Amino acid sequence: MHNKAPRFYIARRGDILWYKAWGIRAIAIALALLLCGFITMAATGLDPIKVYVTMLDGNFGTSRRFWMLLQNMAILLCVSLALAPAFRMHFWNLGGDGQSLMGALGAAACMICIGDRIPNVLLIIIMIAVSISCGIIWAVIPAYFKARFGTNETLFTLMMNYVATQLVAFFVIIWEVPKGSGKIGIINQSTQAGWFPQIGTNKYLLNIIIVLFITVFIFIYMRYSKHGYELAVVGESEATARYAGIKINRVIIRTMALSGAICGITGLLLVGGTDHTLTTTIVAGRGFTGVMVAWLAKFNPFVMIATTFLLVFLERGSAEITTIFGLNQSFGDIITGIILFFILSSDFFLNYKITKTKTQKEAA
Amino acid sequence: MLDFLIRFIPRAVGQGIPLMYGSVGETITEKSGNLNLGTAGIMYVGGICGVIGAFLYETGNKTLNPFLGIFIPLGCCIAGSLAMGLLYCFLTVSLRANQNVCGLAMTTFGVGFGNFFGGSLIKLSGADVPSIALSKTSGLFSQKLPIADQAGWFGKIFLSYSFLAYAAVAIALIASYIIHNTRTGLSLRAVGESPATADAAGIDVIKYKYVATCIGAMISGLGGLYYVFDYASGVWSNDAFGDRGWLAIALVIFTIWQPVHSIWASIAFGGLYILHMFIPAGTNLAIKELYQMAPFLATIIMLIITSIRNRRENQPPASLGLSYFNME
Amino acid sequence: MDAKTPVLGLSHLTKRFGKVVANEDVCLDVYEGEILALLGENGSGKTTLMNMISGIYFPDEGEIYFKGEPVVIASPKDAFSLGIGMIHQHFKLVDILSATENIILGMEEKPDLNKSADRIKAICEKYGFDIDPYKKIYEMSVSEKQTVEIVKVLYRGAQLLILDEPTAVLTPQETEKLFEVLRNMKKDGKSVIIITHKLQEVLDISDRVAILRKGRYICDVETASANVQELTDAMVGHSVSLNIERPEPVNPKKRIVVENLTVFDEEGVCKLKDVSFTAKSGEIIGIAGIAGNGQKELLEAIAGLQQVDSGHIYYIGDDKSRQELIGKDPLEIMDLGVSLSFVPEDRLGMGLVANMGLADNMMLRSFRKGNSVFTDRKRPRELAASIVERLEVNTPGIATMVRKLSGGNVQKVLVGREISTAPTVLLTAYAVRGLDINSSYTIYDLINQQKKAGVAVVYVGEDLDVLLELCDRILVLCDGQVSGLLDARETDKREVGYLMTNLRGEAHAQ
Repeated sequence: MHNKAPRFYIARRGDILWYKAWGIRAIAIALALLLCGFITMAATGLDPIKVYVTMLDGNFGTSRRFWMLLQNMAILLCVSLALAPAFRMHFWNLGGDGQSLMGALGAAACMICIGDRIPNVLLIIIMIAVSISCGIIWAVIPAYFKARFGTNETLFTLMMNYVATQLVAFFVIIWEVPKGSGKIGIINQSTQAGWFPQIGTNKYLLNIIIVLFITVFIFIYMRYSKHGYELAVVGESEATARYAGIKINRVIIRTMALSGAICGITGLLLVGGTDHTLTTTIVAGRGFTGVMVAWLAKFNPFVMIATTFLLVFLERGSAEITTIFGLNQSFGDIITGIILFFILSSDFFLNYKITKTKTQKEAA
Repeated sequence: MLDFLIRFIPRAVGQGIPLMYGSVGETITEKSGNLNLGTAGIMYVGGICGVIGAFLYETGNKTLNPFLGIFIPLGCCIAGSLAMGLLYCFLTVSLRANQNVCGLAMTTFGVGFGNFFGGSLIKLSGADVPSIALSKTSGLFSQKLPIADQAGWFGKIFLSYSFLAYAAVAIALIASYIIHNTRTGLSLRAVGESPATADAAGIDVIKYKYVATCIGAMISGLGGLYYVFDYASGVWSNDAFGDRGWLAIALVIFTIWQPVHSIWASIAFGGLYILHMFIPAGTNLAIKELYQMAPFLATIIMLIITSIRNRRENQPPASLGLSYFNME
Repeated sequence: MDAKTPVLGLSHLTKRFGKVVANEDVCLDVYEGEILALLGENGSGKTTLMNMISGIYFPDEGEIYFKGEPVVIASPKDAFSLGIGMIHQHFKLVDILSATENIILGMEEKPDLNKSADRIKAICEKYGFDIDPYKKIYEMSVSEKQTVEIVKVLYRGAQLLILDEPTAVLTPQETEKLFEVLRNMKKDGKSVIIITHKLQEVLDISDRVAILRKGRYICDVETASANVQELTDAMVGHSVSLNIERPEPVNPKKRIVVENLTVFDEEGVCKLKDVSFTAKSGEIIGIAGIAGNGQKELLEAIAGLQQVDSGHIYYIGDDKSRQELIGKDPLEIMDLGVSLSFVPEDRLGMGLVANMGLADNMMLRSFRKGNSVFTDRKRPRELAASIVERLEVNTPGIATMVRKLSGGNVQKVLVGREISTAPTVLLTAYAVRGLDINSSYTIYDLINQQKKAGVAVVYVGEDLDVLLELCDRILVLCDGQVSGLLDARETDKREVGYLMTNLRGEAHAQ
């Protein structure tokens, strides 16, 4: 006969101790950083230590940079928090971009259309309501079809992103200032109507606080609430959910409404809180990055703070490298990609172990 | 009318060919049970690798050898896409990582890779516009059939394309034939439907997944190459490829996993993609933006219709998106 | 049969899964032109052993000989190329492909569907099968699918066929037809290993019986000289007197009344037809029948999980009030104040959430209690702890995911939860399937305790001995219809077995 006996086989692991699990992940990240350093060195011919220092500098070097880091984290975390309950339910919501964009559109619409006619407090309340509603509508449409007909949500939500982008593009041209520029510019620059108030002197603090609140809320919602329990059961097994008397369609739509609502808030924070304008790229692909943030953290909101930090740190750090060393902007995406590949690979070693097959007494 | 068609169809085809490559590649991949959302990234990598190859060859040589001028970019493109396919397989098949997340990570990486090297080349070439033009290579790639100009309207609509365009159609036909009429295709379908069954029948599931996904990736990558050297006349500018990768994935559903349908569907999508350029002059620019929704809305409608009709033959491969572990 | 040559020889095969030893030191020979029955209880390692021969698993220790030569079977392909073909209990067929496509799947020949179809027809004729080579698998009945599986291995020129519990899903007529085919194969010089735990079938079809117990090879006997008692003893290790306790029902009152229940599944196939019976408090009513004859649909209809086409299911309260359960989902049934517990057949896929811990699983059916938006986390933990302690569940802790527990422990957790709510009705489906003897008895005890507490128990089972000893009455289902309602104390295995395979009406008509 031909053939040789397999030398190794792979088996599922039982429970893994938490420190071992995090140890494996830490090793993966460390290896990834080493590789990234090496690649950076190859691309720039620079001492990798210097590269890491530059990255740290880019994030923590000045208080402005540090606040920028926090602000970027807040926005990315907000989208990720929105996606987490849906993923927990095994609903692949890749529409975070579109849902946030719709929230942004809602907020901008309020600022532009009724901005100078009503008191600011009322305006902000209306903005909140409208952007949340916009996010919800954008999330519930695919959820409805998923619940009713089992329509593939991954691609549906994905397509909704582009429909949202074109919708925003449409309104950008309608509202462009000045005509023909194709841009809206800063909205209500003079009146600051609809601009979120600043806490103290810091432009970003309010956003950060709001997102922290949402973090705690989502943690409690998923961990301790009845809704959270229901969506986890639906995600694990629809048959079990039916057996437990859970109304699956209702849970799918409700969870996606929550997802959309928080995405709507993300858009609101971007328009009302920081950017005060509307562009088609205002969300900057965070809906996709958020998928990875949520996944890497295994949907735990507090761990998501760490994964958000990792991704934003890399992004801003490599942005700093690119400016200092005159590299291209997209260098950060490559670095992020590599780190993600390593962390995704490390999951394998958390779930499986490789065992050597017992030597076989081969009849020679 | 004919006049309009002569203007419209070639452009729709030009838009459609990258989608055709992407969707045929993705279909082959999905037939093995792998949902590769990294296709967008792979197409970027395919495109930029071709550009790098062409750039190196063009800058080193005053006149191009037509054979090398085509095969260097082509080879680079295929090698780059193959590397991406291997990476995806290693992560999802060997290490059983989640396919959706890996796909997204690959898109981040691939788009970044394309833009990084694209940007670097632009800098190297010292151009004052944010793009790089490889017109000589493009000239080789975009050569039409010699008789196109003599054949009147027929020539313009059917014969005025480059070899990569006809290759796309040929690949779609061949893929369709292999999937439905050969032993390999039968095994591949079995792997995507039920890997455990295929395994029990003695089919090497892992090998099929690897090979199908890598071939799919290489085909998808050609879409990027076509886009740069034919559609964009050899001009690479960052982010120009846009969201076509996602459209290609959507097309797979639209074509209910049949590469042969991809031929007309891609061109139709290409038409939808450029529809906004053909609305009468003087229409509000904002309305144009709404027209650009067309391909996405069409995909959504198709998604809904196939899910409502729910025919057994029109469903995705049953194991799509799941990793296979034969000890369970 | 005189010059016996072993086709297959197994020598000291051992296979472990983690700490569990599935097979230990098994030696066995199979000869040409014989039908060998492999007998053993659930979990005795029959399937694992056969999986090693067919290349699904690789043995940890030991050797396999084929026609006297040592061989390494590392994949199903290796097995095929030797001429070993296995027909699994769960068919390994691709639903959307046709019979022919499935049969030639993985073969290294030029695919010519028409030529293959002709060869398939020839094989069918030779052995006496009947299938349409162009039919898609998803349009086929279970027996047709099995036929495709068998033709598949014959098509590959198998010399040795292994059938894993082939009759479990067949009607008696189909079984008889299958046996006829197997005899034809034997005449053709092929060897057959048939795994089963139905003794009558063993005696019917086999030439020789090999018995496994707890993963070990016990003995083999010539069928001609074997008797049922002897085989049973060898299989279970000691004489089977189940000795399940059966207390007399105390003051039985009507609790669930099912009237003319008819159910069609999504494809429009009739699953239950005109079923009527009554379940009484303090009594266990057993449901007997070959798997897939409407048991699942019946229980799920009562539990509010199955769409019903016509008929009634009434719940009779202690005050004689009558409530219709049809058209209500589990939640609405709960809201009626009906305490109905259900131990479904699919424990990890329906009764429990496989990826949640014990404690979280405890609140699956009760998490809504109270007006708070939050779940009560204390009580489920206490319940989990008490179940672990009382039912001796072997688990590292109450936070351990249930999918990591063994089958018996999973079932204890599920049953423990279901009886913790002090139900008035308890529905159980195959409550002891796959469980070892000890766990099984724990479950019987729990069910009896419920009976004594006045619960109306509906027990769907497959082991007739258990049904006869545990239940008070036995309702026999055949083809979705009631073929008989028997007093378990009066009837015997033969009668139940007969009713399981025959509708009374048909018997009368003949």
